[in-house]
Amino acid sequence: MNGPLLEVADLNVIYKTYEGTVAAVNGVEFSLEAGRTLGLVGESGAGKTTTALSIMGLVPSPPGIITSGSVNFAGKNLLSFSEKEMKKIRGNHISMIFQDPMTSLNPVVTVGIQISEALVAHQNLSEAEAEKKAMEMLEKVQIPGQRYREYPHEFSGGMRQRVVIAMALACNPGLIIADEPTTALDVTIQAQVLDLMRSLKEEFSTAMIMITHDLGVVGEVCDHVAVMYAGRIVETGSLEQIFGNARHPYTLGLFRCIPDIEEETSKIRPIEGLMPDPLDLPSGCPFHPRCPQCMDVCRTVVPGVLDDGGHRVMCHLYGKGGAARG
Amino acid sequence: MNNGNGTLFAPSSVQTKEREKRRSPWWEVWRRLRRNKAAVVGMSVVILLVVVAVLAPVLAPYDPNQTNIKMRLQGPSSEHPLGTDNFGRDMLSRIIYGSRISLYVGFVAVGIGAVFGGILGAIGGYYGGRLDNFIMRCMDVLLAIPQIILAIAIVGALGTSLLNLMIAVGISQLPRYARVVRASALTVRGQEYVEAARAVGASDARIILENILPNCMAPIIVQSTLGVAQAILSAAALSFLGLGIQPPTAEWGSMLSSGRQFLRNAPYLTFFPGLAISVVVLALNIFGDGLRDSLDPKLRQ
Repeated sequence: MNGPLLEVADLNVIYKTYEGTVAAVNGVEFSLEAGRTLGLVGESGAGKTTTALSIMGLVPSPPGIITSGSVNFAGKNLLSFSEKEMKKIRGNHISMIFQDPMTSLNPVVTVGIQISEALVAHQNLSEAEAEKKAMEMLEKVQIPGQRYREYPHEFSGGMRQRVVIAMALACNPGLIIADEPTTALDVTIQAQVLDLMRSLKEEFSTAMIMITHDLGVVGEVCDHVAVMYAGRIVETGSLEQIFGNARHPYTLGLFRCIPDIEEETSKIRPIEGLMPDPLDLPSGCPFHPRCPQCMDVCRTVVPGVLDDGGHRVMCHLYGKGGAARG
Repeated sequence: MNNGNGTLFAPSSVQTKEREKRRSPWWEVWRRLRRNKAAVVGMSVVILLVVVAVLAPVLAPYDPNQTNIKMRLQGPSSEHPLGTDNFGRDMLSRIIYGSRISLYVGFVAVGIGAVFGGILGAIGGYYGGRLDNFIMRCMDVLLAIPQIILAIAIVGALGTSLLNLMIAVGISQLPRYARVVRASALTVRGQEYVEAARAVGASDARIILENILPNCMAPIIVQSTLGVAQAILSAAALSFLGLGIQPPTAEWGSMLSSGRQFLRNAPYLTFFPGLAISVVVLALNIFGDGLRDSLDPKLRQ
């Protein structure tokens, strides 16, 4: 295939609420090659999930509106697709793993039927064939196939998340969007699930977008990292570029929040202040009210993007003035 | 389940635990329902009634429509335990046969109401917006008319027959199923598993049938059980008014109606059909209440 599998360009999403217009995603741009993993990092409310939902065409509407941008998947702009066409994409070519396995499984339907749902919808399999395939998928996520007929409440949290993974992988999609897949699990189970996801991803050579606010998870599974803040990607690059040579003050702040086992610190150092109100984003760089290195220009001018060998930073410290004046 | 005993103090072996876990949620409901004595009594009466209705030809001592002018208006005796009516027909046999009509009307009418009301409610709750508004306002119109008057109007328009009686009672019950299902659908719609189903590309029809409706099952079941009682009552009332089952078919409401003329001399003609109606309706209501309690997840220990 020529070019990247997924290319998101200038994506803007707003939510129209009674209090006003929430700018959830502002000009997000990234691309992802087949078989690679992108980590989408940021605080709650940074627009990570909205970005993911835009790719799936599942932005709740109303109140959500995608105002501009394009999402090119395998060379086609998904935003121009009709709902009917999107149904053929979802689950078949792009699927999603949700955050909380306790709520993302239907409690009154057996796990087997839930896994075969995508198979029946997309591959025209008969019930028996779908059942066989679903059992195979269960085995793939290390759950005995004969538990096909059991209900979600008969599984533990980690097993449920593995069932959700089996659902997402059932049709062997080209892209999986995992929305904080390990947040609801405890640490040992997290490691198990991450290991499993990584090995399955390699087995099926699936690309993945991993949404998380855990930099440890990113370091473990991702090839590329994009750091989001207030609906923008403020820094993006390969794993080495971001983890070895972070530049944006926000990214640096995130790294400082990780307690270091070797250094003796009594306190972790959080980033001062709170995420700006998305109803009323600050002028200039959205991070400037919290930025320790804030300059005058940051308050008024939206910084342009400096591209240094794929390592892109959106900050006045590195660019020359604002390429995009706003 | 072959290992039914020892559920409370089950040995801690993994095997037993595994088996215990496999019990379906319905088993849990049944366990809680059993603890509620009143509900068990109600359920027994309902089951008894169903058995009587099914076995009516075996149980009834006489043909319910066999007239015998010599034996008219006889009080209860060993020959006719509940007496005879003004045509000399055996009241016990007529009541036994009447249970068939009552149950038939009750279940079919509720079936009509629950299926159509449930579908309308699920569609309204799932899609929301204008469609929902339209459906629910139509239901409000139906609700604004007293149920019995609505049923009378429908029977009046369609003509009196068993089928029309069931349709009339069913339609007059439709709004409450629509409302109950819509309310549940609104909460289920926001659940993550519905979004997950959408994310694997399931069609709307599939989401409604597989995700929305099964998760609304508890209120539908409770509403239906209570609804059967109401439907039996409505059907009896319509028959009493002469708009339902026509004589000579044995039906409790019409028996009540024809017995009315002999209230002074033969009160048993009205007493026994009335008693039958009350017992059945009461049993269904108690059973429905118990079912609601045991299906309520908040009471789960």
